[in-house]
Amino acid sequence: MTVLVDVSHRLGGFQLEARFASAGHLTALFGPSGSGKTSIVSMIAGLIRPDRGSVAVDGRVLTDRASGVFVPMHRRRIGAVFQDARLFPHMSVRRNLAYGKWFAPARERYAETGRIVELLGIGHLLERRPSLLSGGERQRVAIGRALLASPRLLLMDEPLASLDEARKGEIMPYIERLRDELKIPIVYVSHSIAEVARLATDIVVMSDGKVTAAGPTGEIIQRLDLLPAGERGEGGVVLEMTVAAHDIDYGMTVLKSAAGEIRVPRIRAELGSTVRLRLRARDVMIATAEPMGLSAQNILRGKIARIAHGGDPLVEVHVDCHEQQVLSRITRLSLDALRLHVGQEVFAVIKSVAFDHENLSNSLIDQGF
Amino acid sequence: MELTPDEWNAVRLSVKVAVWAMLGSLPLGLLTALTLARGNFWGKSILNGIVHLPLILPPVVTGYLLLLTFGRRGPVGAFLAEHFGIVLSFRWTGAALACAIMGFPLMVRAIRLSIEAVDRRLEAAAGTLGAGPIWVFTTITLPLILPGIIAGMILSFGKAMGEFGATITFVSNIPGETQTLPSAIYTFTQIPGGDAGALRLTLISVAISMAALMASEALAHRASRRIEGA
Repeated sequence: MTVLVDVSHRLGGFQLEARFASAGHLTALFGPSGSGKTSIVSMIAGLIRPDRGSVAVDGRVLTDRASGVFVPMHRRRIGAVFQDARLFPHMSVRRNLAYGKWFAPARERYAETGRIVELLGIGHLLERRPSLLSGGERQRVAIGRALLASPRLLLMDEPLASLDEARKGEIMPYIERLRDELKIPIVYVSHSIAEVARLATDIVVMSDGKVTAAGPTGEIIQRLDLLPAGERGEGGVVLEMTVAAHDIDYGMTVLKSAAGEIRVPRIRAELGSTVRLRLRARDVMIATAEPMGLSAQNILRGKIARIAHGGDPLVEVHVDCHEQQVLSRITRLSLDALRLHVGQEVFAVIKSVAFDHENLSNSLIDQGF
Repeated sequence: MELTPDEWNAVRLSVKVAVWAMLGSLPLGLLTALTLARGNFWGKSILNGIVHLPLILPPVVTGYLLLLTFGRRGPVGAFLAEHFGIVLSFRWTGAALACAIMGFPLMVRAIRLSIEAVDRRLEAAAGTLGAGPIWVFTTITLPLILPGIIAGMILSFGKAMGEFGATITFVSNIPGETQTLPSAIYTFTQIPGGDAGALRLTLISVAISMAALMASEALAHRASRRIEGA
């Protein structure tokens, strides 16, 4: 499944010039509000006709202004989940869910009601009216409704933006299950680095109507320069790690990768399974000698690969820990005081409490954290 | 309270005329309301003006214009009589036409407001789920504007029950054919000793209007309960 977008469009005084291709399981359109992300998904869905350019999904041209192709939205079979759930107020949850089912041709209908209802945990809501659901429940029903139309691609436009932190944490595992279990390709719009780092396999970074970078999450996420100034502290790296052990007494889980061991508050994941760990650059300290008598438990040994002078007075230090990059954000003052230089052996120190549940990707995160 | 056969005729005729006026103008009223609410075309304000004209013109003027157009010698009236054998002037069908036209702006206005209140993003959501425009209209838009349609129908019915000026000008005041409740009441007030008859018909008129209003309230309440899901 590939999504090809090459469009230019004028909206009032705003000029959108976007071009990207993505074959990811979950492609995130990432950027500040007003950068044109929603316009892009509206064009993929067929809600907006771009002034120029084309949109193709899975080899099928849906919009092409040059040859006059424009498939109307109801024939695109592209599901959409919006920030506001947009459930039909005059129908029960059950009828909302069933709405799109019969529009899909019988042989292309892959979504089973029972499985989707179970996967999203909405079985107890079926007879209710949308007005009686909480924000998180509404969003889960909206996701279910979109899935039951058996779409070829699912668009999610800031599906968590209107929810509070607790509700976000409630929905994210479900989105991971769509990505990993149903394997439905998703294009996900977000301005939250935490969501993108946790969910995306690929990222398209947008700024001011233009695509500034695109690529796999691991590569994009460590480019702090791509982030809006206010969010740079949220940037960092994403490490794929294996669950090595659970420490029940202390309520910790030990994760392992080539970079070393990291202890995090306990997660409910099976031994040997893979989890994604987001390591924010601002949570990583640098030490020139192995630290002693420190409360921080996670110490990774590595070599400085690069020092990037981001916005004064801060610098970004890329530490290569056995082929895995770790990013640290420190002041220029510390850089000079420690006389850090490329090639130097250093220790990256991370506090375990830096990992709140938002930074840990797993379908079965213990709700206690 | 005993009604004379003529009085019964007036009551029956009034209800018949009002029901036909209401049902007959509904399809065109819905279409006009949709056009005015959603359309974006040159001449929209002219169409809007024409629709509202019967509300502002003296009813006698509307009735006279109808007589000129739909009368036996009028261009449309002559055409209808010659080719279809349909005669409107001085018939109850003409009364229904006059009432429909007088109630039209009220009906269109109520439906239009409810269409404008529909969240179009819901329609877009239905589209992304695979519903074509006709499906979207019948399964999303129509149920959501149902309270507005009911309100428009009742307004049209109520207007028709009370219509006097345009009706009497266009179709006159013939007992059993075009004498509706208001014309019958008017006739009673013009003859000596007609007070009792006028009062009887007045009470009936009030009762019918109240019943229609309460029925519409109940229907609209049920429809909006379904939407809000209380």
